[in-house]
Amino acid sequence: MTRQFIKLAVCGAVLAGIAALPTAGSAQVKSPTLDAVKARGVLVCGVDTGIPGYAFQDSSGKWLGLDVSYCRAVAAAVLGDPEKVKYIGTTSKVRFTVLQSGEIDMLIRDSEHTLLRNSAMQLEEPAKNFYTGQTFMVKKSLGVQHAKDLNGATICLLTGTTLETNIADFNRANNIKINTLLFDKPEEAFAAAEAGRCDGYTDDGGSVAAARSTMKKPDDWMFLPETISRQPLGSFTRYGDSNWTAIVRWVHEAMLEAEVLGITKANIDDVKKNSTDPQVKKFLGLEGDLGKGLGLDNDWAYRIIKAEGNYGEVYDQYFGSKGLGLPRGLNNLWLNGGLMYPASWY
Amino acid sequence: MVRRPSRRAVIGQWMLLAAVVVVAWLLFDMASANFARRNMSFGFGFLSSPANFDIPFRLIPWREGDSMGRVLLVALLNTLLVSALAIVTATLLGLLVGVMRLSSNWLVRNLALAFIETIRNTPQLVQIFFIYVWLVSGLPGPRQSMTIPGGLLLNNRGLYFPAPVGGPSEALFGWLAAGLLVAIPVLWRLRRRGQRIGVKSLLLAPLALVLYLAGMQGLDFPVLKGFNIAGGTSIPPELVALWMGLSIYSAAFIAEIVRGSIEAVPKGQSEAAQSIGLSYAQCLFLITLPQALRIMVPPLCSQYLNVIKSSSLGEFIAYPELVQMILGTVMQQANREIETVLMVGGIFLSISLLTSAFMNWYNRHVALVER
Repeated sequence: MTRQFIKLAVCGAVLAGIAALPTAGSAQVKSPTLDAVKARGVLVCGVDTGIPGYAFQDSSGKWLGLDVSYCRAVAAAVLGDPEKVKYIGTTSKVRFTVLQSGEIDMLIRDSEHTLLRNSAMQLEEPAKNFYTGQTFMVKKSLGVQHAKDLNGATICLLTGTTLETNIADFNRANNIKINTLLFDKPEEAFAAAEAGRCDGYTDDGGSVAAARSTMKKPDDWMFLPETISRQPLGSFTRYGDSNWTAIVRWVHEAMLEAEVLGITKANIDDVKKNSTDPQVKKFLGLEGDLGKGLGLDNDWAYRIIKAEGNYGEVYDQYFGSKGLGLPRGLNNLWLNGGLMYPASWY
Repeated sequence: MVRRPSRRAVIGQWMLLAAVVVVAWLLFDMASANFARRNMSFGFGFLSSPANFDIPFRLIPWREGDSMGRVLLVALLNTLLVSALAIVTATLLGLLVGVMRLSSNWLVRNLALAFIETIRNTPQLVQIFFIYVWLVSGLPGPRQSMTIPGGLLLNNRGLYFPAPVGGPSEALFGWLAAGLLVAIPVLWRLRRRGQRIGVKSLLLAPLALVLYLAGMQGLDFPVLKGFNIAGGTSIPPELVALWMGLSIYSAAFIAEIVRGSIEAVPKGQSEAAQSIGLSYAQCLFLITLPQALRIMVPPLCSQYLNVIKSSSLGEFIAYPELVQMILGTVMQQANREIETVLMVGGIFLSISLLTSAFMNWYNRHVALVER
């Protein structure tokens, strides 16, 4: 009896498998990460542990910040809901390991795009969302005007980053000696800088602005004008999933494109209803079939802007006039003298 | 099944061994597969590549651009230095507090109790960080350094004292001085006219110092230059904070060990001492402590191992010891996670094994063999 039953069950399963084949074959986009995210229903996003501007939590535990907006934008594009994100705060030591091991789907954690990370560490660098440089923050009372004047000074910084090598290179190039004191966590470095143990603090421009905002008397601190290294910060994904990397890249380009087209969070529905511009229509998915190649539906760009706004709005909210007060500078559109130059839409 | 119990035991052990080997092989296989998948290699060649960063405190000469292997040596010496210092002070402080805990004076006893209970029940990292911030914010900045007679300067970057500048025959005198210092323990045990030389051999120590100074040409005094003090050598606040933090925390535990071992000495001993007229201090130092010290060697060994491993907390206050240097900077620069973790683990294992081997030998050496 059982033998017959088993035979029937196996036949039924094989028939069902054959019936499902046509539908299985129609999925053209092969992306293990995209499939995993859709199956899970939640995007797992690696961000900083808590730094104003990039990724921090407010008093109710809600995550905010430039990097966090990108996580929400990807979730809105892929899953339809910007809230469907699980945030993993990563320290600078483990950020790439958790990405390589598959624990997170994407890393966007004020991390620099470098050759080593793109090659030896087998990580893709989809998009740069913040151009800055390594900046020094010193007390105004020190009387220093330029980075070269810091010869003999001691600077606090975080361990496990490219900052130490940059200072070493700067020392060698200018024949000076800036001493360093390495800390594991930003809070300890800030405490030491405030107590006067070191003459200043250094990090990429955005993090330094964030640091100043946490000091007891922010107005006591100034930034030195020289940046001693380039720091293009952006998102990371793993090798071997080009489709997912394309999605993460084009989410950033969509936010730039919206700013170019003049679409904001407030006016998007209006524009969608009334615009006759073919570029706007293609962007919002009213014309064309641009989502299919990415594995998304055509409304993906609309959802991103509706949830988060364009790049300019997000920058303003966390780094601009409503946030840390850092001028856009290099992070402006190329039209205004910055480096943000989105690729063409179709 | 197999009838004879001894044969069953043997078969069981072989099976267990086989299981362990299989598990180890599986783990190794998984690791190799992951390595291959991530296109990574395993090797310690990175130790010869140049280290492109600065180390703020070091016991041996080091310059930016020296190899990573030398960084390992510098970090290891820093760890050993702070561990050795902390072990010595922790033992002395713990001994003091432990004896205080048994005092008949109410105030002394309860001060000790308060100290022990507060320190034991708060996290060690918080204590170390607290001491560091207190030191660094309590002391003045370099431009307002406190001058101490003798050419010393004290500020929140460290205690600066004059360093001797070597003369032409510095090396010769240095080795002579070192030779004299090494000769002290040898001389201690020699006998002259039937009596051990003992403490008199310590006279060689000032002689060694004089020889060392004879090789020196002058003193390099620390002086304020720009942002910092230049010249002389310094003890940084990171070292002092870590040293104090480790000592105080372990002293609280050692105090309880001391108390326990003093109470383990049979009460008859102190009663007999009292009855022949010895004072409390005489009884303590001549009768009780010599017996108690023998009992407390094994638990002290665990505390010392704790101190050695806890020196890694220096990572959080910028003291350049093993974990911060190797698992932080070197790992990031050379991008070698597995190798650095293995190295740091292996080094701590070796230091700890050596320490416990020494303590076990000492324990056997001083143990009272009872009939």
